[in-house]
Amino acid sequence: MNIHEYQAKELFKEFGIPVPNGVLVETVEQARQLVGTSPLFKGDSKPAVWAVKAQIHAGGRGKAGGVKIAKTVEEIPGFVEQILGKILVTHQTGPEGRKVQKVWIEEGSRIAREYYLSAVVDRTSRRITLIASTEGGMEIEEVAHSHPEKILHISIDPAEGYSPYIGRRLFSFLGLPFQTQVQFVNLVRDLLSFFQQRDASMVEINPLVLTQDDKLIALDAKVGFDDNAVGRHPSIKGLRDLLEENELEIEASKYNLNYVKLDGNIACMVNGAGLAMATMDVIALAGGSPSNFLDVGGGASKETVEQAFRIILSDPHVKGIFVNIFGGIVRCERIAGGIIAAAQDVKITVPLVVRLQGTNAKEGREMLKNSGLAIQVAEELFEGAEKIVLAVKGGA
Amino acid sequence: MSILVDRSTRVIVQGITGKEGSYHAMACREYGTKVVGGVTPGKGGGTHENFPVWNSVFDAKDAENPDVSLIFVPPAFAADAILESIAAEIPLIVCITEGIPVLDMVKVRRVLDARNAEGSAIRLIGPNCPGIITPDGAKIGIMPGYIHNRGRVGVVSRSGTLTYEAVWQLTQLGLGESTCVGIGGDPVRGLNFIDVLELFEKDPETEAVVMIGEIGGEDEEAAAVFAQTRMSKPVVGFIAGLTAPPGRRMGHAGAIVSGGKGTAKEKMAFLESHGVAVVDNPSLIGKTVADVLASGKARRPLLPV
Repeated sequence: MNIHEYQAKELFKEFGIPVPNGVLVETVEQARQLVGTSPLFKGDSKPAVWAVKAQIHAGGRGKAGGVKIAKTVEEIPGFVEQILGKILVTHQTGPEGRKVQKVWIEEGSRIAREYYLSAVVDRTSRRITLIASTEGGMEIEEVAHSHPEKILHISIDPAEGYSPYIGRRLFSFLGLPFQTQVQFVNLVRDLLSFFQQRDASMVEINPLVLTQDDKLIALDAKVGFDDNAVGRHPSIKGLRDLLEENELEIEASKYNLNYVKLDGNIACMVNGAGLAMATMDVIALAGGSPSNFLDVGGGASKETVEQAFRIILSDPHVKGIFVNIFGGIVRCERIAGGIIAAAQDVKITVPLVVRLQGTNAKEGREMLKNSGLAIQVAEELFEGAEKIVLAVKGGA
Repeated sequence: MSILVDRSTRVIVQGITGKEGSYHAMACREYGTKVVGGVTPGKGGGTHENFPVWNSVFDAKDAENPDVSLIFVPPAFAADAILESIAAEIPLIVCITEGIPVLDMVKVRRVLDARNAEGSAIRLIGPNCPGIITPDGAKIGIMPGYIHNRGRVGVVSRSGTLTYEAVWQLTQLGLGESTCVGIGGDPVRGLNFIDVLELFEKDPETEAVVMIGEIGGEDEEAAAVFAQTRMSKPVVGFIAGLTAPPGRRMGHAGAIVSGGKGTAKEKMAFLESHGVAVVDNPSLIGKTVADVLASGKARRPLLPV
């Protein structure tokens, strides 16, 4: 589960990680009001500049015009107006982009240098790994590619946990000024306790800035949580922003269906995640383009299949459906019964190919053939994919 | 022969009185597996579906000294259940549970590795896996037993139903399986491809291995290097997720392309260049194994290490 920058910064603050002061607005009116009242914009200690930042769950906001620097307080509402409601298209949003619903306004920092610091669960070492780089502000994948020597990885032994020497190693690698050592070492400690205590899967500070008066500040904050662990952190669960998620995916999750929307036009419905991925691949191999990933789980009961059909058909791009079920513990004739019942209830207006294999598959396929419904039946996986691709291309 | 389990293997089920645990304990027993009882804290002393029930794995160990613990404990308590079996020195732990927090598994794996470094020999399969089956002997997991047939091919996979798909093809073609191991779809797990390949290489009954991987991580690549340098038996590989978009989790917690790494395309190319027979059409997994075995190139010389 991902959260917004402003939420990540609030959590950072709670854990003692320094962040710029800021306010969140959801309307231009709010921005106008706050500019007149909040200490962030008034008095002698007010900052010289402000950053006005679009809040969406995707990187690359700056390049897409989602971040503006205001040099006067008066400019701020205008920038908020420009950004709010705008569709930002970045390399992480896909071509459809993401609509900005919230804007974060924060004090600007006088930056001397930018660094990179993150923590992830590294599957190779099977540990939390801290990653630091002197190349702040750049995509870490790019740095890893062009200048791997500018990155230091340190894996944390779960039996040992954090120890200050780890912070000192990262500190000397980054070449930070000596007077910032205590600040930095504490920051690494706090980052790690946040990661562990809240079951994060990824915490990225890019850039971590050194200001001209030798302060370290997390200028940006990107945080993801382990979906499997969100349940044990009610406060984190509450940070989920449904506006950032695909409507069909939200709908599917209500029925315990694992659905991921893709760009193609052939829908698939499969039992099991691995087979679901393989089914998408086979659709592509047969010359088609999958419109989704959908794992209906082991049961594939009438109710699940019915909900799955409804969700699939809510995607206007879908021109055909390929159901691929490997009947194991649940026998194929029961699955066929479920499909027939669901197909009768949900009006299916596009070609439907069902491939059944496994326990009592023959009986299941006979039932489908004799159902009187316009269902094409397949025995093999590739055969099924070819049939649906042909039906969609032929416009049948 | 087979690997890890056979008809003499004695199994306890952790979480045996739960819905899943109960159903599958019976299904395994029906298949012929020696399920000697189960554990549910607080329900010890009685029986459940004619299985004796103990309060702890330690009690079960004292009573029956089982070879395997099969775990069906809900995700929030599953790490504790695995740790209990590790503490009780159960030689093989098979955890079916899906949805265990990854940091819990980081800890479990650390404890397991430390124990083994001190001289124990404890293996963990899973979590988030279908389990392990040696056809005609021991089904220890949730896979449908009847699709399997004892034979010549070892199967190791990160997936569930996709494995059944491959197994079904092997069975239909009359090749059969020696043992099938589902290592699970989580990023941090017990046995990995390499561990299972090593066992298959040593098993005289296994003549070829099917390895089913998916997007995310670099375990398939490590396995390919192992296969090329340490194995005489041919490996047929399939990688799911060629059409999966980057940054999205495809069902399994571990099935995600992150930072441009772990794509199916890269994995397939790597496997191919390391002597693995890569299948791009999952309908042809069985046929490819048959071809490889028939080609006479079944045994190939090892590269100098």
